[in-house]
Amino acid sequence: MENLARTEKDTRWMIRVGLASCGIAAGARKVYAALNDAMANQCSNNVILKQTGCYGMCYNEVLVEVCSPAGESMFYKKVKPEYAERIISEHILNGKPIAEWSIPSDELNGLLSKQKRIVLRNCGIIDPESIEDYIAVGGYSAIKKILDTMSPQDVISEVIRAGLRGRGGAGFSTGTKWKLCRESAGFQKYIICNADEGDPGAFMDRSVLESDPHSVIEGMLIGGYAIGATEGFIYARAEYPLAVQRLEIAIAQARERALVGEGIMGHNFDFQLYLRQGAGAFVCGEETALMMSVEGKRGMPRSRPPFPAQSGLWGKPSNINNVETFASVPWIILNGADAYAAYGTETSKGTKVFALAGKAARSGLIEVPMGITINEIVYDIGGGTSTGLNFKAIQIGGPSGGIIPASMADIPVDYESVNKTGAIMGSGGLIVMDESSCMVDIAKFFLNFTQDESCGKCTFCRIGTLRMAETLDRISNGKGTERDVELLTELAQGVKKASLCGLGQSAPNPILTTLRYFRDEYEKHIYDKKCPAKKCQALITYEIIAGKCKGCQLCTKYCPAGAISGEKKQPHKIDSPKCIRCGLCLSTCRLGAVSVH
Amino acid sequence: MVTETMAEKTPSYAVIDAIIYKHNVQLGGIIPVLQEIQDEFGCVPPEAINRIAQSMNIAATEIYGIVTFYSQFRLKPIGKNLVKVCHGTACHLNGADKVASALAQVTGAKEGETSPDGMFTVERVACLGCCSLAPCISINDEVYGTLSSADIDKAICHCRESGKHPVTD
Repeated sequence: MENLARTEKDTRWMIRVGLASCGIAAGARKVYAALNDAMANQCSNNVILKQTGCYGMCYNEVLVEVCSPAGESMFYKKVKPEYAERIISEHILNGKPIAEWSIPSDELNGLLSKQKRIVLRNCGIIDPESIEDYIAVGGYSAIKKILDTMSPQDVISEVIRAGLRGRGGAGFSTGTKWKLCRESAGFQKYIICNADEGDPGAFMDRSVLESDPHSVIEGMLIGGYAIGATEGFIYARAEYPLAVQRLEIAIAQARERALVGEGIMGHNFDFQLYLRQGAGAFVCGEETALMMSVEGKRGMPRSRPPFPAQSGLWGKPSNINNVETFASVPWIILNGADAYAAYGTETSKGTKVFALAGKAARSGLIEVPMGITINEIVYDIGGGTSTGLNFKAIQIGGPSGGIIPASMADIPVDYESVNKTGAIMGSGGLIVMDESSCMVDIAKFFLNFTQDESCGKCTFCRIGTLRMAETLDRISNGKGTERDVELLTELAQGVKKASLCGLGQSAPNPILTTLRYFRDEYEKHIYDKKCPAKKCQALITYEIIAGKCKGCQLCTKYCPAGAISGEKKQPHKIDSPKCIRCGLCLSTCRLGAVSVH
Repeated sequence: MVTETMAEKTPSYAVIDAIIYKHNVQLGGIIPVLQEIQDEFGCVPPEAINRIAQSMNIAATEIYGIVTFYSQFRLKPIGKNLVKVCHGTACHLNGADKVASALAQVTGAKEGETSPDGMFTVERVACLGCCSLAPCISINDEVYGTLSSADIDKAICHCRESGKHPVTD
């Protein structure tokens, strides 16, 4: 596997521990410390212990990779601190890998054989807090190549030829965007990295920033050179403290080495880079709102034109790209546009990073060539559903995207094919849903979200999203009427057409797609007052199966409504009028004695 | 940014002025100023809004507009521990609502509230970005994933007994 190639050429063993947010949440810091202690205890000087970012196999965290001096690598999954001594003594000192803790090779193959890691080329391999590591894998050689041999126009035509399209969701040609900004007259130009990854259920940008921040900085340098910008801003989401911290470290390191600042690499190229943190507004992912926020104002979008390329930050020509777009650029420059365009389809070139989550058995971060089918992603890479229930649908593109049913999952993932389904590619959130997911509930979830995040500037979005959320709420509460489906369609089309920015224009997509593919489910809620997925609280009841209940009283402890009663060691009962249908009894019962229907 | 106990410093002009001085050199520095004020005091107190208005020559109403626009900012102090409940898509599918009810049960604070003993403020957030570990919460910026009701119990009890958050295990 080429992407597991060692970065240091020496005779030592290497242990890599994934210390991105998900790894840390699973306990990776303790594992790292335990490995460190074990190395000291067993006097193994022949080992380098390295922190890395996310390798993408989040479902296996804590993930530890052991690389032998010969370059053979092995992954240990769900590592606990107490595994450390044995990993050192058996695997490293005796050369005997511990098979029972490792990821089986067929699982690893299934996971990796259909992936192509371009954006994620260094994630999980290098130490994100070390610029030396990044340089050792060829980092900052793309900007050097450009400064030494290429004009800004050369860079732009190379990126256009590669066919790279904006990975933030809209899919506009990156090179063309740069060209427009370059051609725009202006004294000062800005380049901005949109790292305000607000889509719930998406974590691509977080992982890239936590695992390989220098690649984004290098991409921005290249973009800055191409458009003629001397200042750059990274607008990062404040909810990602670790990403912000690693970016700060990376920027400081780049500055120290004069890779950011004046006269970069001895050339007549100045570039200053600043980091700004968002303050928790989803709408700031929209480019004009983002620029307002950087300027220190309420992040409200404005109508376009003028486009940022003409009048952006502080009225100056500006260019905004997403984290993933910037991270792709150094690879394109080093390997050439043809190598990049060799992946993907006719109109959607290259690879795309997806955050696979929800009910996927193997959730995590993946990077696949465009044109792969949804089925391949869900089954071959994602391993089907985690619950064993049937795969029902996939949600793509977050609140702006839509739902694609399992019956259509043989479509290729490229911008045009996804758009045809009524969903959008979006930034890369892929939520797998099984039969326990209710489509009315999911539409309601997204509409509540967009309604909450609507900035309130334009009427269609402000009021339209509220009316749609109210209607969905009514349906899921069993109070839906015959007219509601028609009302929803009408509202959705109006809001889509008349809203000012992308947030409002795309907010109806979850409704339109669920209505298109799962209309029967809406009708069951409205006419039969039933939720087929047993999710909508008002339409379900909980019961204790007397034969299975042993009277352990665990559920009584958790029931917030005091609705469960019974003698100890005797079957209990749920008082239905008191029950608030939170489902805590169902999730706490260890005997499977709670049923829902 | 990770603090074991929050909201304990009393606002003083010296601290506020130092923060303003640090960020006011850049255009659009108001949001970084407010962010650091909140890190320092646990919220954006009215005294700070007035002081910033005077020093940075921005109308107090405009600052109030910014503070209320962004969900990150709070005007009121919070409890000793800040618990954020993730309501991202993956967490929603994997029972974020149940997590919120379980939390309300053990802390005594529903989302948006501070517990009566002042130990916990529970906030609802859009997404913590740890979707593969759904459902998840964060306590003082440390994320806890794949939670069961028992895990929540354990984490909160630990917080309450020691006065600080437990190390992730």
